[in-house]
This record gives sequence, C-alpha cells and structure tokens, in this order.
Amino acid sequence: MFNLARIRGGIHPAGHKDRSAALPIGTLALPPRLYLPLLQHAGAENLPLVKVGDRVLKGQLLASSPSELSAPLHAPSSGRIVEVGPIPAPHPSGLQVNGLVIECDGEERWIDLDVPADPFAVAPLILAERVAQAGIVGLGGAIFPAAVKLKQGTRHEIKTVLVNGSECEPYLSTDDRLMRERAEAIVDGARLIQHILRAYSIVIAIEDNKPEALAAMRAASEPFGAIEVVAVPARYPMGSAKQLIQEITGREVPAGGRSTAVGVLVHNVGTVYAIQQALRHGRPLISRVVTVAGSCVTSPRNLETLIGTPAQALFDACGGLAREPRQLMLGGPMMGVQLPSAGVPLIKGATGLLALAAHELPQREAAPCIRCARCVDACPMGLTPLQMAAHARVDDFDGASDYGLSDCILCGCCAYVCPSHIPLVQYFQYAMGQQDERRNAARKNDYIKQLSEARTARLAAEEAARKAAKAAKAQQRKPARPVGEASGAAPIPESIPEPVAERISESVQP
Amino acid sequence: MLVATLALAAMGLILGAGLGLAARLFAVGDDNPLLKEIEQLLPGSQCGQCGYPGCGPAASALLEGRAAVTCCPPGGVALAEKLAELLGVALDAGQMSAPLLARIDAAQCTGCTRCYRACPTDAIVGANGQIHSVLANACTGCGKCLAACPEDCIGMAAQQPTLDHWRWAKPQAA
Amino acid sequence: MDYLLFLIGTVLVNNVVLVHFLGLCPFMGVSGKLDPSLGMGAATTLVMTLGGLSSWLLEHYVLQPLGIGFLRILAYILVIAALVQFIELLIRKSSPKLYRALGIYLPLITTNCAVLGVPLISVREGHSLTQAGLFGFGAALGFTLIMVIFAGLRERLSLASVPAAFAGPPIAFVTAGLLAMTFMGFGGLI
Repeated sequence: MFNLARIRGGIHPAGHKDRSAALPIGTLALPPRLYLPLLQHAGAENLPLVKVGDRVLKGQLLASSPSELSAPLHAPSSGRIVEVGPIPAPHPSGLQVNGLVIECDGEERWIDLDVPADPFAVAPLILAERVAQAGIVGLGGAIFPAAVKLKQGTRHEIKTVLVNGSECEPYLSTDDRLMRERAEAIVDGARLIQHILRAYSIVIAIEDNKPEALAAMRAASEPFGAIEVVAVPARYPMGSAKQLIQEITGREVPAGGRSTAVGVLVHNVGTVYAIQQALRHGRPLISRVVTVAGSCVTSPRNLETLIGTPAQALFDACGGLAREPRQLMLGGPMMGVQLPSAGVPLIKGATGLLALAAHELPQREAAPCIRCARCVDACPMGLTPLQMAAHARVDDFDGASDYGLSDCILCGCCAYVCPSHIPLVQYFQYAMGQQDERRNAARKNDYIKQLSEARTARLAAEEAARKAAKAAKAQQRKPARPVGEASGAAPIPESIPEPVAERISESVQP
Repeated sequence: MLVATLALAAMGLILGAGLGLAARLFAVGDDNPLLKEIEQLLPGSQCGQCGYPGCGPAASALLEGRAAVTCCPPGGVALAEKLAELLGVALDAGQMSAPLLARIDAAQCTGCTRCYRACPTDAIVGANGQIHSVLANACTGCGKCLAACPEDCIGMAAQQPTLDHWRWAKPQAA
Repeated sequence: MDYLLFLIGTVLVNNVVLVHFLGLCPFMGVSGKLDPSLGMGAATTLVMTLGGLSSWLLEHYVLQPLGIGFLRILAYILVIAALVQFIELLIRKSSPKLYRALGIYLPLITTNCAVLGVPLISVREGHSLTQAGLFGFGAALGFTLIMVIFAGLRERLSLASVPAAFAGPPIAFVTAGLLAMTFMGFGGLI
C-alpha cells in the first residue's frame, strides 16, 4: 500500500470519533464526593498535607512529594476531607491505592490565586517551577510531570516545541474539541512553552481528519510568527511522541533516548492548555476534558471533568448507559486499560472513558503464529513483534529484550493486524512486568547487601569502642569497683532512623 | 604377550609421570574465582534461610552442587537466574515463591527494641518505647526478629499487593 | 589444492557426526544453546587435532615397530586421556579465562567416541602425518559446524509450540534426522 506518512508501519483503525466530536465540551454537575488517588503521575507517591475533617478550598494544595519527579495534587472543589486512606484505583488490577476523599460543599470557593502580571517577563525557570506547583502532568495519557520535561528541556538546545494535536486513538476527541473551542489559549500556552525553552519555532501537528481543529488553530496562530500548523496523515499511532517527531522532523529518536536528543520537546494540546491556565490565571490542574464514548453510551460527548469524579457520574451526564457494556476502559481502545467498575475515579491521565459492547472488542481465540510478518510491517518502531512474543511465551525475557522489547511503545498495532489474533501486546506487557520484577529484586538484593555490610561494620565499630572504653576505665580506676556496668543496658545504636510511617515503607523502593 | 604388557606398562608409567610432573609444574592455587563471584551475588545478610550458616558456606555449597540455585529466597528469581547462568545449570523458576516478610502487630508491640537489634539488615525501625515497623524494601524474611520478640507480635506474611508490585499476568493463548 | 579438497571432504562430505555417527552424545547433549555448543566445538577442535597427530606418532613409532597393533584402542585411549589432562592443566595455568570458558567440556571430551574414532579411521585409511593432523582438524571443524547449526535450530525449536507428544528430545531427533539428510546432499561434491 502507498505510505504517505514518513513513519514506519501503523494502522488505520475505524475512528468512531464523529458522535463525540460533534458536540461541544459539556460541563458536569458537581459530584457529591471526589476521590483523589495520591499517585496520578509517573514518579513517587505524594504525601498528604491535610487530615480528615480539614476544610479545603478549590485549588488548595492537598498533597505533594519532596521528589523532583512528582506532581502535587490540588483540591478540585471546595469541601471537607472525609477520608485519607485506600480508595479504589482506576486500574485493571482492581486494587486500592492511597488517596483522599473530599465531600464537596457545593460552594466552589476558590483559594486566592496568585496571578502573574505578564508571564513573558518572568524568568523561564521560575515559570517552569510554577508549572511544577500547578501539578500538571502529560494529559495525553503519559502522565509524566510536565515541569520535569520543561526543566530538562532548558538544559538542552530545543529547536522546536511540538504541540501534539494528532489524537490517533479511536473514539477519543478531547484534543479535537479542545483545539476547536480553546485555540487561542493553546497557542498562548505554546508560546509560553517556547519562552521557557527559548525554542526557535513552534509546530502544531494535527491529523488531517480534523479539518475544523486545523482551521481553528490556523486562525488562532495567524497573528504570531514562527508558529506552523501542520496537517499530518491520519494514521495510528501518529500521536505517539516518537512517531510524531519522525513525521515532522524526519529524525528518529534514538533507542533509549529522549526527544530532547533530536532537539524537540513534545507536549499534548491538553497539557499546553493546562500550562497556559497555570501561567496566565494561576490555576492548578484540577479538571480536564474527557471523552465519554463507546456504543453503550447513550449520547457520547466530551465533558470538562473535575479530577476525582467517579466514572459513573460521567456516564450519567451522557444520558446513562444504553445497554450493559462488556468492558469499561480508561483511555483509548488501543492503549487504554480495563476498569474494574464504574465506581473508580477519573484521574489526571484519563483521556477517555469508554463503555464498549462485545462487537467492539477483539473476540477471536488466538491461533498459532503463521509467520506472515504482518506485525513486522505494522510495527511503528521497526521491531519484530512475532519474535518478541515467541520469546516471551517461553519466559525467555532476555531473548525478548534482544529483539528490542525495551523499545516497544505498546501501541498494539501488531495485535490489531495479527490474523491469528495472538495477544502480542499482552505478551509484551507480561515480559516487561517480569523484567521490572527482576530489576526490582536485583535492586533489593544490592540494597540488602549494603545494609548488612553497613551493619557488620557498625557492630564491629561499636564493639571496638566498647572495648576501648572498658580498657580506659579499667586503667583509670583500677582499685575502684566497676559501677553501673553490670546493668546490662546495651547502648542503642545511633544510626537507627526515626520511626517513619508504615505507608512510606510500603511504597518507597530504594 | 610380554612385549605388549611391557609396552603398555611403560606407556602408562611415562604418561603418568609426565602428568604428575605437569601437575606440579602448572599448579595453581586452590581459590576458585567462581566462589568469589557467587559470594558477591549473594545478599550477604547471613540470614540462613538457605539452610547454611551464612552466605559464605552457601556459596561453596552452590559451587559444589550441594545447594540448589533457588535456595536463596531474598535473592528471588533474579538471583537464581544469575546463579544458574554462572554455574551452567538449568533453572526451574516455578518452585520459587516470593519471600514472606515480617510484619509487626502495632497493637501488641511494646517498643522493646529487641527485634531491631536482631535484624541482620536493619529493616526494622523504631525507638525505645515506641512502636516498631518493618521496612518492606529491606526485609529479607529471615525470621530472626520472630525469635527475638518477647511479645510474639511479629508474624510473617506475603507482601500486600500494591500497584507498584502488580504485574500483568501471562496471556493464556496458544 | 589436494589438501584443501581433503579438508572440505572431511568437513562436509565425510562429516564425523552425520556420516560416521561419532560424537552423538555431545551432539544431542550440549546443543541446547549456541554458546555452550561453540565452547564444546572449540575444545574438541583442539583435542582432536592434537589427538590425531599424537596417535599417528604412537602408531608409527611404537605400536607398529613392536608389532602390537591389537592394543591400538587401549593405547589410544591412554594417550588421548593423558593428552586431555595435560591440556587442561596447561590451560588452567596459562589462561584461567579460557579454562572457565571450556570448563566442563574438556573432561567430557576425554572419553568422547569421536576423539577416539577419528585416529582409528585415520590409521585405517593409511594417512601420512600431515594428512592425519589435517583429518583430525577437519573432522573437528565438521563437528563444530554441526554443533552450531543444530544449536541454532534447537534455539528456534524452543520457541515453537510443539505437540506434547513430540516435545523435548523426540522433536530434536526428528530435526537431527532432517539435518543429516541435508548433509547427504554434499555426497556428490568430491
């Protein structure tokens, strides 16, 4: 087939975007309670700064982490903290995570926002710090803290700020609607990012199946120079950062490298909008646009959703579920995860909420691989999925790594085209998980080794010190009787740390 | 007959003498470099869960084939795989189970500090008269604290599943 | 030129494993993975070449002058075993790294039928000293080639979903049979 795009492979799944993209972004009634997991970003879990019974205002800082790789959490609405503890996680495991529960008082009272006069007059690093304090993460689903990316970007020469408006996952239309309705704010946000990074140019890349968004963004960027709005061919996974960079610049991000290596920094349009809100209006990230779609939803549309809103509230706002869904998904159908129930909250990284019927899901039994290599043609990373899966199937994870498992972006193109319906992506997820497990175990092993060596050294030092003290004492007052020595109280080692809360011990890995 | 016997005997003598000489000439020390490598891989916490008094004896047992490569629960599958590769033996990782970690029942803990003095990896934190707690990321599951606790308030339990430890299962497919 | 033809003939046409059916135990036993089979091949090459030469010397300067050719097998075993032991000691002293790499394979080779069989064939064919050395080297090269090919096949085989009844050694034997048949294709080469 004729490949118009500059990227390798990729697929053309049916879009299913028309219904949700046709309606403007709706608002959602304030839910009675908001459920906020403490970990909604890639990095270390936040530590709560509030306790049960505290009254909080909209936009108030609720939890933060001392780690650089983190994004603090703010109150999406005013109300009272009613619970600090485990809440159901929007995760296929159905496990619980540490979180906060706010009982909304309906007043929506904002905390006093610190609004900067002219962000363009502020130093880039201070702006990046403001982004960090606003708790903004990559809203395209990667949930990588946006400020960390910006700060890393300031250390490299960034030629191009690439605004990612190629929402390639089927069903999702949040970025499409956002670009149509809030184009000016997005362009403003992109210019702020350009200012932070001192980048030469801005490229806004939008898939050519979104003509309205393209027109809106072109109109909004008209007054400013050095902003290019580019239509890229609609093709999954065009919205993946590495693929988009390749499409726009013709350069490939090296294996194991970051996009800064090729002088590009990519931000999703939703993230750019959130950054603009934080820098212009001082608003932290407390809401996002979520696509509610799938054939079981009565009227699919996009909703401006407060972080922590239970999934059920979104379905209710869309006219409820027309029929019992076979599967609930968070994110797109290709890379999203299955939700255990509609009771789980929406998080910062939730691009979409799908209620899918049986006919929208892969149903066929897997058959043996026939080595047709369609997955090889479809893989946008240029890998050989059939070999990786074959190694993962017999638990040969090193073998799978030799075939480039670590470069896999889990886009699912291979599984989509597989005529034998082999769950290739599941094999890769399994293999990656097992390798993580091994890495963690090896790290723990090293850590334990360090600890036991330190302990041995400490005990030896204590023993030596005690002997020396005894000898000194014996020498000083030889005739006198030893006093107090027989009480048997062993000295408490000095290096024992203060007692710390148990949950830290559970979550922090060395 | 005599010639054959003599010739063979002579050959045996000459070759034997040659080998004996060579053995003396090319003698190397007894220290096996593998032993050091194995010892470096082992956790070194001397916890004794392998059934040997410490990591050193366990290393020599591994080298001589007396201990299975899966004998070290704190090291887990990762260590077993490395050992299997080093020793060139096949590994059946199916028999490895995650180690049980110590857990202190806060309601009964009197803060006597005995358990943390017994812990070979300083995995228990606390102070005199205060409730102690086990750091899961440093606990090897050796159970030495169990014996040290006068209140019997320490139990061994599998680590609570959290999202950090949750992994995708292997797909059930052909 | 003659020697080159002789070498090719020994490696491909009269392959020690697939035509003479010698050295089948390591062929099945040490061919699960590529690295060990290469190690085994390297060790065998060393021993077989030296074994071919030393047994030729033994044959022509001891056994034949004394007229005790009937002790050939016994004498060869003695000499080759001693040779392997000697090489092991030498390597251990001079290159501990190579010793680690060859590790268990050297002692394994001591009683390898291919190592004993090649000198016996060499005597039967009436080779000269050069030919005997070349024959040993060529046979070992052929052995290594087969080991590597078969290990590669078995590595791929370990990924395949083989029917339960054939899993493990049965499918390995079937594969070995197919490999032997392909080597029959070299029959008309020389």
